[in-house]
Amino acid sequence: MLTILFDGIAYGMVLFVLGCGLSVTMGLMNFVNLAHGAFAMLGGYVAVLAMQRLGLPFLASLPLAFLAAALVGIVLERLIYRPMYAKSHLDQVMFSIGLVFMAVAGTDWLMGSTQQFIRLPAWLQGRFEVAGIGIGRYRLFVIVVCGLLAFSLQWGFTRTRFGSRLRAAVDDARVARGLGIPVNRLFALTFALGSGLAGLGGALGVELMGLDPSFPLKFMIYFLIVVTVGGTSSITGPFFAAMLLGVADVVGKYLVPQVGAFIIYALMVALLITRPHGLFVRARA
Amino acid sequence: MTAPAFEIRVRQALYAGRRWHPAEIVFWILAAAACLLFPRQWLLLNEIAILALFALSLDLILGFAGIVSLGHAAFLGMGAYAAGLLAKHVTADPLAGLSVGMAAAGLLGLVTSPLVLRGTDLTRLMITLGVALILYELANSFGSLTGGADGLQGILMGPVLGLFDFDIFGRTAYLYSLSVLFVLFLVARRVTNSPFGLSLRAMRDNPLRASASGVPNGKRLAAVYALAAAYAGAAGALLAQTTQFVSLDVLDFHRSADLMLVLIIGGAGYLYGGLIGAVAFKLLQDAIATFTPQYWMFWIGLFLVIFVLGGREMIHGAIKTIAGRFARLGKGGAQ
Repeated sequence: MLTILFDGIAYGMVLFVLGCGLSVTMGLMNFVNLAHGAFAMLGGYVAVLAMQRLGLPFLASLPLAFLAAALVGIVLERLIYRPMYAKSHLDQVMFSIGLVFMAVAGTDWLMGSTQQFIRLPAWLQGRFEVAGIGIGRYRLFVIVVCGLLAFSLQWGFTRTRFGSRLRAAVDDARVARGLGIPVNRLFALTFALGSGLAGLGGALGVELMGLDPSFPLKFMIYFLIVVTVGGTSSITGPFFAAMLLGVADVVGKYLVPQVGAFIIYALMVALLITRPHGLFVRARA
Repeated sequence: MTAPAFEIRVRQALYAGRRWHPAEIVFWILAAAACLLFPRQWLLLNEIAILALFALSLDLILGFAGIVSLGHAAFLGMGAYAAGLLAKHVTADPLAGLSVGMAAAGLLGLVTSPLVLRGTDLTRLMITLGVALILYELANSFGSLTGGADGLQGILMGPVLGLFDFDIFGRTAYLYSLSVLFVLFLVARRVTNSPFGLSLRAMRDNPLRASASGVPNGKRLAAVYALAAAYAGAAGALLAQTTQFVSLDVLDFHRSADLMLVLIIGGAGYLYGGLIGAVAFKLLQDAIATFTPQYWMFWIGLFLVIFVLGGREMIHGAIKTIAGRFARLGKGGAQ
């Protein structure tokens, strides 16, 4: 039972790294980017290719996945995302679904539709027992890495100058702009960071979630749940939402496999009905 | 202008909007004539008619009431499974299946309408998406009833009205689907021009003001949502009956996304948008599928991106301008 809980936490951690970029961009520009999963998929494929073709070690492929996704993110933001900010939510959703479709079919064409795998280094394979709880080494690694990331993000968000500007811009972009905060540049940077994190999450998640061209569609709903449930104005909200979702999903799939798949959808609909603005939303004046 | 004179003008404008335009009559004659003009394409024509009905359903809520939905496939699937199961287990009569499919989907629409009608556009998008996904998983899980991933097989349909048997070329299928589409279109036309339809438009344009002038927003929206759901259910039932097969594909997310593209091509809010969009979409799909069947999705995506970047009104805006010019040419002497 505790092992399942542990797996769920690892899963939730990856979901958090995947989803937190989306929550910040959504909060900052009020932009619904359903194509976020495409960046995660890009990261995953970059990691897989770096290991298979270039023979890089696993640890070196992770930053590469981050950089590749961030770079693509910054270019796309500049070229095609920017005109979309002023449009309606419906337009944004259509636009990003279009991007998802293109990413799915394009990846299928380039890489084939088969599931991709990565070979973990020996020190990350297998599991060990602590007080009767089976702990997978890789899952522990994921939890440590993502936990460190979450802490540094939270620190960066609350303690640095960048973070305070970002929070100001999320709260009220117009006033922030009036105070001389370069909101557009801030947003481009955040978008790149969010895409990069998605790429990193995608690379970390290959082992846990699998990777094939339909990845962005399959996990789109997960990111959306993290964001809608967690709210868009903090790091902690999406963090707890991701944990909740990860644990609920893994526990559900282990204990009641017949219904496991739609537990999370039912959870999302129930949460959206009872708390339409997110579970952990900060009261706004 | 005095008040009675103003009222008369408003009445005249409303009547004028309700009158049949010659182009509309031509459109339906062409649709019926297509059966004779393209005798080898009946199956494709049938698909177009069904997609047009499905798009008409989304147009009712999106174009007239302003409700965004990413999960309209839920109702298509509901109608398809209801009609398919009825045909398999109870009766093979197509019209009975059609009404059961519509009723089931309409009921689902009524039940889910409280979920959809609250919150902002964003919440609506998510909830409709969530509802469709839940239905997909349900259909997948209850394999004993729905056939799961293998689909619902072994549907045998009786003749329409006891007279016209379904043939393998799809001729009966097309005429049947077209008749259903036409009848439901007439109903939709009447509904959108009625006071009810006008109150929907008022709510779409300014919900606060509409409720201030005494429109019960919630009830009206729930009613039109259920109506649209029943329309989508009819499309699903037609799909199940004419293909004699229901698969999980009817509930798939890409159905809802394709539908959005159809309405984007044709334009929302004047009923013909869905029909024209369906024709264009299917012909486009057919053309692309002949040279690259596997990557059709890529092209859908590209079209979506281009249409949104270029403005949603790009295509039907241009058509309207051209049509307007022709109309002025024709009326030139009279005015």
